[in-house]
Amino acid sequence: MSNQDKPIDFEKERRKIKSVKKMKDIMTHYYIDAKTAGETGKKVAWITSGGPVEPLIAMDVIPVYPENHGAMIGASKMGVDLCEKAEGMGYSGDLCTYALADIACSPVDGGPIGGLPKPDMLVCCNNICGTVLKWYEVQARYYDVPLFILDTPFCHTEFSAEAQQYVRRQLDEYLVFLETACGRTCDRDRLQEVGRLSMAGQRLWQAVLDTTVNKPAPMSAFDAFFHLALIVTLRGTQTVIDYYTELLAEMQTRVAEGISAVPDEQHRLLWDNLPIWYRTKWLSEKFASHKACLVADTYTSAWCGSLQYMNEDDFLGSMAEGYSRIYLNIGTDQMAAMVLGMIDKYAAEGLVMHSNRSCKPYSLGQYDIARIVQEQRGLPTLIIEANMTDARSFSESQVETRIDAFMEMLKA
Amino acid sequence: MDVMQPFYDICADPKAYARRWKARTGGKVVGTLCSYAPEELILAAGALGFRLVGGSGAISKADAHLQAYSCSLVRGALEDALSHRLDFLDGTIFPHTCDSIQRLSDIWRMNAHTGFHLDVVLPVKLNTASARDYMTAVMRKARSGLENMLEKAISDDDLRQAADTYNRIRATMKRLYAIRRERPGAIAGRDMHAIARAAMVMDRHDFLADLTRVVDQVADTETAARGDAKRIFLSGGVCNLPDVYGFIEAAGGAVVGDDLCTGSRQLMGAIDLKDDPIDAISRRYSERAVCPAKHTGVRTRGEELVRMAKEANAQGVIFLYLKFCDPHAFDYPYLKDTLAAEGIPTLLMELEEQTASDGQFQTRCEAFMEML
Repeated sequence: MSNQDKPIDFEKERRKIKSVKKMKDIMTHYYIDAKTAGETGKKVAWITSGGPVEPLIAMDVIPVYPENHGAMIGASKMGVDLCEKAEGMGYSGDLCTYALADIACSPVDGGPIGGLPKPDMLVCCNNICGTVLKWYEVQARYYDVPLFILDTPFCHTEFSAEAQQYVRRQLDEYLVFLETACGRTCDRDRLQEVGRLSMAGQRLWQAVLDTTVNKPAPMSAFDAFFHLALIVTLRGTQTVIDYYTELLAEMQTRVAEGISAVPDEQHRLLWDNLPIWYRTKWLSEKFASHKACLVADTYTSAWCGSLQYMNEDDFLGSMAEGYSRIYLNIGTDQMAAMVLGMIDKYAAEGLVMHSNRSCKPYSLGQYDIARIVQEQRGLPTLIIEANMTDARSFSESQVETRIDAFMEMLKA
Repeated sequence: MDVMQPFYDICADPKAYARRWKARTGGKVVGTLCSYAPEELILAAGALGFRLVGGSGAISKADAHLQAYSCSLVRGALEDALSHRLDFLDGTIFPHTCDSIQRLSDIWRMNAHTGFHLDVVLPVKLNTASARDYMTAVMRKARSGLENMLEKAISDDDLRQAADTYNRIRATMKRLYAIRRERPGAIAGRDMHAIARAAMVMDRHDFLADLTRVVDQVADTETAARGDAKRIFLSGGVCNLPDVYGFIEAAGGAVVGDDLCTGSRQLMGAIDLKDDPIDAISRRYSERAVCPAKHTGVRTRGEELVRMAKEANAQGVIFLYLKFCDPHAFDYPYLKDTLAAEGIPTLLMELEEQTASDGQFQTRCEAFMEML
């Protein structure tokens, strides 16, 4: 039966988020711009997802995110092949599968968009993990381009005065690095303006995520995984602000009209860790079949979680703290406190944790967070064993059994 | 008396040694998690640094906190802590290195009851002026942190004396490494392992005295040169598996050098005693051979490994990596290729603490030696 013959499911159509198409268009244009940078004379910088992108935007350098690329590889189910290729190159299959997929992509221009545009420089901020350091070292050797490392000391219990000083000094070094790579000075007023746009974008993104405090929730974490791409890749541009303004309006309309992400929402859950990119649709449908909506997550909120430390009037100065105190660069007990805060805010009845063997800084400590959630809120946790890109470690039947059992327990 | 005996006694039960030391001296014992823990500060405070390199039993309690895809070092150390096998510790120092030890620190702080907890959040980058200034600031903070927790003032003189002791230990170890390089087989691999293991737990003054005795004796003893043995360089992280040396020697190899975290990396590099002691100690930690979780340049580890392997005239390099050790695993393809370009063949052995004595390692070792 062809598409034309299919009867239209009006209920399903009504439920679809209309902004999705615009978002796809923006991302397509962004990648076309990035891939044609050689023709337009623009420089390309590869940067980590938690890295300070604002100076790049201010310097008209196109930021490219290998992690976003990793997510696309996972979502297009090309992760297994690329991870196997990386293993063939000598990398252990236990390593970060974003890194493995990206490293294997480089020599063959593989993946869904035929590889990323070659970098002119690399910017690595270790506020998300130590893995990115090793990954970017590999790529710095492969592409033979300069690498800047923004070292953000881990905040086990505090963001110390000496760490503040160290990161602040590195931000000046970062600007010098960019000025050298680009052969021109960085306009500080422009940077201040980009900072203002970045913070406005983050506020809007938080507002979009906050619409799920409504019952039923107008969107789910699975939608957030998709709409996240802009705040990651184009943070600091007007495009982000325009798009999230529209998306926010759409969500508000959905709330007013009672349009929910999950039909007949009965249960509200919180997701922890990166998405399982190659199974988001399956997982979304699986939870929806139990009338459960994943109303919020610790992952997509990380791109606006440190807004409280940023200062619009001294953006460069406040970046040190803002970029150091993000979700993954803090102690496990502080992460647990944030999870409790989200449980309360979004009225979640349970926690779904992706125990991601591909991401140790995110996953080690999850058992303690689950215990704290149980002790302090009496809420149960479902743990799903997988990784974000490589489907080989995902056992559908096992995960399905676990989800069913968990949901039966919640319903009881 | 066999000069090696004190080291073997300690290796047989390091924890019992620490308990005896504590009972004998009334001093305090400080656990450390990696070779970036500033041991000089611990010694300057009159305490005993006790390096945790893994566990001493099967994992059960730690499984409630750490996934099975964590390395045996972090799981084993946590298991010991939760099973009260480390009840002799007055506190623990967690230097910042890899993602796993980073999270272990949080989990330890939240669950283990082993006295005080001190995070020493070192820089990851070591090759810039701002990183070195930060390193020094962190060391100063660690000094006052230890003073508070051990309730003991640490004077500059204490620091200089401690640095001097470590300089002597490291100079004597350097002598031993040189002898081994020149006369492979002059000291057995398992003896080297016992010395390196004891270096992490033994009273450092006693260690220096006993080590000096061993090195003097080895230097004076005419050993039949194992001229036919294949010269092997070991590269990797934590090696807590004495059997490894036996396998290599049984297969016709002789270890002529290493860059192990439990070997030369902890035991090399002098502290300049003319400077302010904290500055000087910080500089040694910035300049010593680098752990792959730290950064001194994108090619420094490869260049350093080639230099060391050539200096040791190594015919082959065996990589000894703990399973699930990400920083080492990321460097492996590059290091392997870099050595191959210099005509030095390599063998990768992925180890887990409890699984080393199986036949696979032996078989692969033999095949590697035959190939050389």
